[in-house]
Amino acid sequence: MQESAVRRSRKWREPFTFYLLISPWLIGLVCFVLGPVIAAFVLGFFKWDLISPPRFIGLQNYREMLFIDPLFKKSLAVTLIYVGVRVPLAMLTALWLALMMNQKVPGIGLFRTIYYLPSVVSGVAVSMLWIWVFNPNFGLMNGLLNLVGLPGPGWFSSPDWALPTLIVTSLYTVGSAAVIFLAGLKNVPEHLYEAAWLDGASAWRQLVSITLPQLTPTILFNLIMTIISSFQAFTEALIITNGGPVNSTLLYNLYLYQNAFTYSKLGYACALSWIMVAITLALALYTLKSSSKWVYYEGGE
Amino acid sequence: MAARTSLNLKKSLIFLLLCLTAFFFVFPLLWMFSTSLKGPSEVMSLDLKLIPDKPLWSNYVDIFQKYPIWTHLRNTVFITVMNILGKLVSCTLAAYGFAKFRAPGKNVLFVVLIATLMVPWSVTMVPLFILFKQLGWHNTFLPLWVPSFFGDAFSIFLLRQFIMGIPNELQEAARIDGAGVLRILWSVFLPNLKPALAVVALFSFFYTWNDFLGPLIYLTDPDKATLQLGIQSLRTQFKVEWQYMMAYSVVSLVPCLVVFFFGQKQIVQGIALTGLKS
Repeated sequence: MQESAVRRSRKWREPFTFYLLISPWLIGLVCFVLGPVIAAFVLGFFKWDLISPPRFIGLQNYREMLFIDPLFKKSLAVTLIYVGVRVPLAMLTALWLALMMNQKVPGIGLFRTIYYLPSVVSGVAVSMLWIWVFNPNFGLMNGLLNLVGLPGPGWFSSPDWALPTLIVTSLYTVGSAAVIFLAGLKNVPEHLYEAAWLDGASAWRQLVSITLPQLTPTILFNLIMTIISSFQAFTEALIITNGGPVNSTLLYNLYLYQNAFTYSKLGYACALSWIMVAITLALALYTLKSSSKWVYYEGGE
Repeated sequence: MAARTSLNLKKSLIFLLLCLTAFFFVFPLLWMFSTSLKGPSEVMSLDLKLIPDKPLWSNYVDIFQKYPIWTHLRNTVFITVMNILGKLVSCTLAAYGFAKFRAPGKNVLFVVLIATLMVPWSVTMVPLFILFKQLGWHNTFLPLWVPSFFGDAFSIFLLRQFIMGIPNELQEAARIDGAGVLRILWSVFLPNLKPALAVVALFSFFYTWNDFLGPLIYLTDPDKATLQLGIQSLRTQFKVEWQYMMAYSVVSLVPCLVVFFFGQKQIVQGIALTGLKS
């Protein structure tokens, strides 16, 4: 009799403790994540500048985006180019770094440190460094080009060069993806390489036939993370170019930020943010779906 | 003999590639440091020198006199410490719950937790700004650290993975001795959890220290600026003095470098874990 009472109290005690333990996160989830996500969706149907009260305008924000606002299309195009060029480059750079980190030479620890180092100093300081290195008049880059007699472009101040320069400098901080690749490389069974070595396969052949197929699950993970983070990129553009020159680096999220905090078009900014969610989600899901065709899992599935 | 030579050649080639790659990653930072020690005329010269003729260490003294770096540093340290504390406490509790307790709805909530990892910050940015403005928190540090006391999906996930790996027997033994839930968490799990807590603290440190957008949106008062806003403010001046800009940048990087060198091993393990377990 007494025992069953104890058991009954035990029965609700465990769920109760669980919910008590996660309660801070649950509150945070509602207040700082789910609530705002829903609020953003609702605000997308309003016009609000924070001064006058919000006004319901239905689909007007979305209509403005599609049929009136030329900068919406411009920023979307800039972002698609940025993502389309940056994702393959970032994946290749990270893979290259991981292959380098995986070499068995004395002092490899130091090299690993050096390759990862830029990723922990990714603040405003690094953006300032790039502005300085790519300064058209006194920067390091044009100084070096000058040494070999080549005329240097304006880099961040040239409408043709600003976006490529932004993409290349963003490759400086791919350390995290490289470390994840490195962990994947360490999981490739050693005996596969031994067999290949006995067959006399070249290093390139080993990379293509063993390393890359074995690495595909890691490639998928890094690919999705890189796609998402590339769509989200904008702080560097805000600091370095603020979207210029002539909107050549106006990344989508930068335009969203400007609408919210420069032009005080909060409703419009929210509508923009939902379009970005839809695009990112669609692309991530598409990548995930296509993965069954190219990702290799040990033992079939 | 020939095989030996070709092996040596291969090793040398690999070493060369390692050094070349390292050069690309280190040189920009060296250039930053070098510029920070140059005089105004040397900075504005196309005669590139990595080692200045006469290193001006006084540039560092100058920036501390010209700009309120101490205030920026104090503000940044405060926000960073609060973030680390908040995440350690709230995420350990939630991770313990997810790892060791059974409850209806737990699996659904765990899926929600993972899903929130994918929510882009740009969606929550505007509503959160409005929320904190309505609360009267605008131009205070509160929006920058209070949310960390309400958990962070990434850290919870990471800690949960670690706690799952700790055997239940330890917990059962403590429970039979009559220890309460928090007591068990404190004396049984925490000692085993130190490496994972270090990872959470380190990631939180780098993220908060380097965060530019949050302070930019919420802090308007110059006295409340963080280091990141401080660097940016040097650029909005009429004439940018690059030696000071780079010296200020070096000052903002040094704490990151120090923390990185001490926590390197944990960081690398932490990142690898997120990639493999997903």
